[in-house]
Amino acid sequence: MPLLLFIALAVVPPLASMAGQAHVTGLFARGMIFALAALGLDLLVGYGALVSFGHAAFVGLGAYTVAILGAHGIHDAAVVVPVAVVAAAAFAAATGAISLRTRGVYFIMITLAFGQMAFFTASSLAPYGGDDGLTVSTRTTLFGYAPLGRDVALYYVIFAVLACAYGLMRFLVASRFGRVFRAAKENPVRVAALGFDVYRFQLAAYMVSGVVGALAGVLLANATEFVSPAYMSWRRSGELIIMVLLGGMGSLHGAIIGALAFLLLEEWLAGVTEHWKIIFGPLLVVVVLFARGGLVGIGAALARRWWRG
Amino acid sequence: MAEPILRLEGLCKSYGGLDVTDHVDLEVAPSGVHAVIGPNGAGKTTLINQICGLVAPDAGRIVFAGHDVTHRPVHARARLGLARSFQITSILPAFSTLENVALAVQAHAGSSFRLFGRADREEVLNGPAYAALVEVGLGERAHVPAGSLSHGEKRALEIAIALAMDPKLLLLDEPMAGTGREETERLVHLLQGLKTRLPMVLVEHDMTAVFELADHVSVLIYGRILASGPPEAIRADRQVIAAYLGEGE
Repeated sequence: MPLLLFIALAVVPPLASMAGQAHVTGLFARGMIFALAALGLDLLVGYGALVSFGHAAFVGLGAYTVAILGAHGIHDAAVVVPVAVVAAAAFAAATGAISLRTRGVYFIMITLAFGQMAFFTASSLAPYGGDDGLTVSTRTTLFGYAPLGRDVALYYVIFAVLACAYGLMRFLVASRFGRVFRAAKENPVRVAALGFDVYRFQLAAYMVSGVVGALAGVLLANATEFVSPAYMSWRRSGELIIMVLLGGMGSLHGAIIGALAFLLLEEWLAGVTEHWKIIFGPLLVVVVLFARGGLVGIGAALARRWWRG
Repeated sequence: MAEPILRLEGLCKSYGGLDVTDHVDLEVAPSGVHAVIGPNGAGKTTLINQICGLVAPDAGRIVFAGHDVTHRPVHARARLGLARSFQITSILPAFSTLENVALAVQAHAGSSFRLFGRADREEVLNGPAYAALVEVGLGERAHVPAGSLSHGEKRALEIAIALAMDPKLLLLDEPMAGTGREETERLVHLLQGLKTRLPMVLVEHDMTAVFELADHVSVLIYGRILASGPPEAIRADRQVIAAYLGEGE
């Protein structure tokens, strides 16, 4: 199923241009960017039962890195990407070190608080647009070469980053590290009694997740050529959680499917009626209530039925 | 007596006005089974939780394997060689039986900050884990989810997990709790085989099992050690009989 998903994503641009619907490529590009952020969040929510409600802050951090460095004439990925990664890792280390001392609702609330802090910090950055945000005049270059100039090229770069991130996450959850992290989700007391410092494992995962979010932010700034504090709002954080739940948490490809489904549904319903949220909201409630495994769970159940005839 | 593996000095813990652990001094010999018995609410589990680090004592000292561990966290004590089983079975239900034990092997098999390579295929972890499962009689159940094991099998799994940690001391918190007669006998037999290899602290209600296994018995009542000595002496102790063992025992 993950392989089919990636094949489908790979053929979107040629199909879209053949059908004369070039804007579909842009829609899927945005979908894959949110899929990347949701993928990172799934590591925490799905494999660690750590519901981070401030994940949009990492996306915003990545996006603002592109915009702020760009405002100072630095556009090269060789600088932008490392700066975004280090900034996200540092922010994750500092906020995670505090948030991970709490559990459950408190963890949700404190990550939300940190997310809001990032949001208000971005809003008050007067030299960089404050509330209004700022435009990104030049897309990120690679060693002076401008491969992201064309939208299709950008699409495949996003595709490649998403595929790599997916592969790395797969390795991560199956590794020794991932096993301790997954075990801590089930029974942290038992895992500590075995001799593992659960906190350290969770903090490391939190940092990995934050860095993936920041990479999504770097791509987002390039795709929209604009950044604003809205990228960090709590609604965005909530949407990321919904994407993970919608697709089916704890499966990785579920997060990707969830993010794509979310954006496509939003796009389609918004075209049908201007009151689309009245349909969209209840729809999400239904999926979350009646399909605990999300879309991936529904797919698996249908496939089982089909096999049995 | 040789240097004790575990020494409690003046350990105190109270919840509100209730002294759950009241100046407990205890020495556990580096070999044999040291049973801690007492009626419900005597503070046995709280005592075990203080030894392993889940509960912080209000006063006193805990010395394990020559280290003062009074203020060390749970995982640090586990690393020093303190393994425990829980009164309420504490396993990873969604993991396979083998992975439950392999994780314990992993805990002392070097770095767990390894981000690549499938942990569930590592022979260096699975080999010793499987051996521990065979030892407790769960070899054939290695690949089923641990959550689907019977109650008695889960208790055996807890012991396999503890063994796989290669511990210096094993804390067993009511390992026979909720098991049937037959399973209790199997567990007693299993622990009898293990007691020559490593020292254990056994908290248990099943008096038959205690007197079959123990080399030393301490009686805990209202948070205080009422008596401590060899099983025969405890069985004959008037105070203990009056307060706990009663007549039928």
